[in-house]
Amino acid sequence: MIEADFTLSLPGFELEARLELPIHGVTALFGPSGSGKSTLLRCLAGLSRPQRGRLVVNGEVWQDEGCFLPPHKRPVGMVFQDAALFPHLNVRQNLDYGAGRAKRGGKTKNVPKADDLIDLLGIGHLLDRRTGMLSGGEKQRVAIARALFSSPELLLLDEPLAALDGARKGELLLYLDQLHRQLDIPVVYVSHAPEEVARLADHIVQLKEGRVQNFGPVMGIFPYLQQPQTHEEGVFTLLAGTIELHDSNDHLTQVSVGEHRLWVRYIDRPVGSPMRLRLLARDVSLSLDPGARESSILNTLRAEVAGVEETAPGRALVRLALRDGPELLSRITTRSARNLKLEIGQTIYAQIKGVAPLE
Amino acid sequence: MNFTPSDWAAIRLTLELATLATALLILFGTPVAWWLAHTKSRLKPLVTSLVAMPLVLPPSVIGFYLLVFMGPNGPLGHLTQSLGLGTLPFTFTGLLVASCIYSTPFVVQPLHNAFEAIDDRMYEAAATLRAGPIDRFFSVAVPLAKPGFLTAAVLGFAHTVGEFGVVLMIGGNIPDKTRVVSVQIYDYVEALEYGEAHRLAAVMLIFAFVVLFLLYTFNPTRKKAA
Repeated sequence: MIEADFTLSLPGFELEARLELPIHGVTALFGPSGSGKSTLLRCLAGLSRPQRGRLVVNGEVWQDEGCFLPPHKRPVGMVFQDAALFPHLNVRQNLDYGAGRAKRGGKTKNVPKADDLIDLLGIGHLLDRRTGMLSGGEKQRVAIARALFSSPELLLLDEPLAALDGARKGELLLYLDQLHRQLDIPVVYVSHAPEEVARLADHIVQLKEGRVQNFGPVMGIFPYLQQPQTHEEGVFTLLAGTIELHDSNDHLTQVSVGEHRLWVRYIDRPVGSPMRLRLLARDVSLSLDPGARESSILNTLRAEVAGVEETAPGRALVRLALRDGPELLSRITTRSARNLKLEIGQTIYAQIKGVAPLE
Repeated sequence: MNFTPSDWAAIRLTLELATLATALLILFGTPVAWWLAHTKSRLKPLVTSLVAMPLVLPPSVIGFYLLVFMGPNGPLGHLTQSLGLGTLPFTFTGLLVASCIYSTPFVVQPLHNAFEAIDDRMYEAAATLRAGPIDRFFSVAVPLAKPGFLTAAVLGFAHTVGEFGVVLMIGGNIPDKTRVVSVQIYDYVEALEYGEAHRLAAVMLIFAFVVLFLLYTFNPTRKKAA
């Protein structure tokens, strides 16, 4: 458990954040630029010193009144937006920089096996290169490895994808996803991109103007964090599923979400692998009739209406509760809502035009 | 080259003076440059101006004030006398002190620029990798400022070798003690011994060119650091 309570005033900006973070999984600090998420991360690392603050990590006090553990004494690994590799050292020496110092400091727990980590991040062929010769994605992978080599108890990532283009972003996301599954180090991840958060995060802290607005597990609260008014087109629901079976004839894969089954395009992962699904609200239509047999739609789920909200003139966002838990969002016109006579608790069929597996 | 023994003595003395002055300047100039690169103090413009003074003052002015300052009635003179050290003018030590002051900007400014050019993120990254402040200085700042150190050392050394006015003001012209190459050349010219003057002057000319040529050839990152 990480307990943090920071008050920090800068000219034109004030951070006043109190939060408790779980010590497992990935926690995303999410919010628009200027919301204080990077500052909060820097406070965790000890790089910024709040005027008033308290930070307790796993029962160890890192900061309190009259006590401030400087950054080099905190067992954190930090990855900066621009990687911040040392240009005077090659890749191997960059990796050894933190590893050697952590070892001398007697901190040897959490040391991942160096070779495994190098394999996992795919940087084995880069070890003797100078850092100036690396691509953006390679730099970030080296920076992540360098941070992990210092055997941190907490890994802090400050928008590691922000400086990368689309393809490199996807590639690094894959690496991060694997790391997340194979290492048992809590990660705090700063991002303003909903797709990254949807893909990686287990928990989410939403920040706005230096204050914590929402906090919770990503599956539950994520749909409500996206401010439907401002992200009219992009609102989506996130579902956590498991790969159930493959249909190689039709090139489809079935993913189970609780007791529900959804067909998605073929995913090259073994049966039983976890898989997150993203359902855009505008891709979910509603019908009173379950008979979607004569339709091109593959996925129809039975649900109950949990709420209807008019988010823009003529546009409504419908919250649907599936049996045994997860919720879905559906974007329809207010005319359709009226025609369907939607009422809370009413049974309805969600016809899902598109499901995006987040792989 | 057939230098006279007094030429050799002047060359040896010049190299000794320049080496010592450079070493002292790097030693004391580095903290000053570091402070200038990182301070938010209101004293910064004051210190920057003081450091740059030798660039604009005529050497005779610096020499004159140092002579007064270190002389028997000056504050430093009082101090050295009360310590039983005598006075500094017309001694090698006096010359060394003067050289250090005269060459300060040539050492401090390149270092200051080099330190300032280092992204703070480097230190932050080092800190999160368990490096303490002193460790960060030696493992990050010094290697990244290496071109600055090289420039500082070369310019400090070369500039000390080339000084004349200050030496004449406070060092005089004592063989083996304060008579450096530049003064030796002056003596030759005064005595109308142009051939001897040529020999030494040519050596200085070649030395200056070679030093600068090597500096600009092997220190290409200097542009980035400055």
